Amino acid sequence: MIGAENISVSLGTHAAVRDVSVAIGAGELVGFVGPNGAGKTSLLRALLRLVPVDKGSILLKGRDITDDPPHKHARDLAYFPQGQAVAWPLTARRLIALGRVPHRSTWENLSLEDRAIIDHALEITDTTQFADRPVTELSGGERSRVLLARALAVNAGVLLVDEPTASLDPYHQLTTMEALKNATVAGTAVGVVLHDLNLAGRYCDRLCLMHEGEIVADGAPGDVLSDENLARVYRIGVRRDDRGDVAVDRRLNDAS
Amino acid sequence: MVLRSTYGATALLSSLLALAMIAALFLGYAPLSVGAVFQGLVGQGDERYVFIVQDIRLPRILLGAMVGGSLGLAGAAIQGLLRNPLADPSVIGVSSSAGLGAVVAIYYGFAATSAVIVPIFAITFAITAMLVLVWLAGKDASVLTLILAGVAISSLAAALTSLAMNMSPNPFSLNDIILWLLGSLANRSFTEVWIAGPFMAAGGVLLLLTARALPALSLGEDAAATLGIDLRRVRLQTIFGAAFAVGGGVAVSGAIGFVGLVAPHLVRPLVGHDPGRLLLPSALAGALLLVLADIGVRVIPGDTELKLGVVTALLGAPFFLWLIIYTRRTMR
Repeated sequence: MIGAENISVSLGTHAAVRDVSVAIGAGELVGFVGPNGAGKTSLLRALLRLVPVDKGSILLKGRDITDDPPHKHARDLAYFPQGQAVAWPLTARRLIALGRVPHRSTWENLSLEDRAIIDHALEITDTTQFADRPVTELSGGERSRVLLARALAVNAGVLLVDEPTASLDPYHQLTTMEALKNATVAGTAVGVVLHDLNLAGRYCDRLCLMHEGEIVADGAPGDVLSDENLARVYRIGVRRDDRGDVAVDRRLNDAS
Repeated sequence: MVLRSTYGATALLSSLLALAMIAALFLGYAPLSVGAVFQGLVGQGDERYVFIVQDIRLPRILLGAMVGGSLGLAGAAIQGLLRNPLADPSVIGVSSSAGLGAVVAIYYGFAATSAVIVPIFAITFAITAMLVLVWLAGKDASVLTLILAGVAISSLAAALTSLAMNMSPNPFSLNDIILWLLGSLANRSFTEVWIAGPFMAAGGVLLLLTARALPALSLGEDAAATLGIDLRRVRLQTIFGAAFAVGGGVAVSGAIGFVGLVAPHLVRPLVGHDPGRLLLPSALAGALLLVLADIGVRVIPGDTELKLGVVTALLGAPFFLWLIIYTRRTMR
């Protein structure tokens, strides 16, 4: 569905992404993990052309879209940025309706289909109960779920999500991951940046482990989250329970 | 009170505006009877009535609605673009640049040659200033850069205006400049309506075309871009739309502050705070405010007529203070 071939991205003089190639196929849920500053967000932004690439190309459905401006392909690419603020006290429902903007002309009202999609997005993010409240009055986690519903409402073929579970309680971390998993059932290619390794391991079909701008491991979650990789990239030692979930055990020194 | 649709708010404000404009026809220094006003409107009966109604009151009322509408619309669009409820057309420097243009025309005595000179200077300066703003802000202007560049342009225009007043060749031109800067709709004719009208209409169209982009911008620029919004185009549309609309307004009425700031706030709750649906109602509210303020100017007794810009500032500044206190409370 969407992919990058040998792309590099620099922020100022800092090389944020170095020579990365990655692909997310239709119906696939790919998790991007790695420590702070590993280049996960820059990679997503490069796929969306929100930052220019120094080299390499971005492919959407096999077509080179590297030089297309970010507002092109709005029906095909949906994005949930990290830590979004909402400028005005719009109701949750109206905010989610913004997901339908790429499908409507300026003066066109919401169609019945649009409304059904919005209702569905409210439902799967468990936000129906505050559909008519201003989002500025919601808690951080509630607002985050409404914003995810907004991204889901685009019904795009590709959905890129940056830390959707960051401010959520455990119950809604699960509903959020299930909502993403659900989207893949309909054929959507989903890329998600996560910090919770267990959520990543449990829900994602594939994981990309990033370190200093490079993808250092790409494959099945069990292989990517190996003790050696975690030690090398995260500088942590872990314990594992019988389900394969990891618990952070200790900090490793750089020398080790 | 939340009206179900923009149509409700638009209909309500349109009716109020129509009522205010009709009332304004009947109010003025010359006490005309209802019959006399009607006779004047259709152009029959006493010639003095025809003159007062058609050549004094009508252009003044129309200009009030047009200038107020432009300010309300530009204010709403700029607040939406900058995602800041405290922004108004003066933030990007369009008002003070237009003012400077008019002052230059008066200062060098061009103004005396023809009624079209001041408006043409004002609009030219407004557009030039916005070209400089766009150039200063660069290709990928952030909101902060735009505001900073606007403040810089605004300060420069104000400084040059002060310089012109400082260096004024004679007290008469100084007096002209000061009176003009205070803002007024007195003694305007249909000439001004025809000069400023096309610019305001062009600006209005540009600003109304941002209706799709502004709601998406509530989510921030990255999310808006991925929703198909061409950020660069929206910025240019808003900035040049404001230059035409506000430049045209300042060109014929002088500096009238606070309408562009206040009008969007008055109607925002009526449209569920949607910055796109806000545009038309905000224009209507601006028009209504200025027509009402101009009625106030004309019916307040006294030897010297209060200048319209003085009245709007006197009413607008306390509102602005209240707004700061209110936003401080809700943002906490």
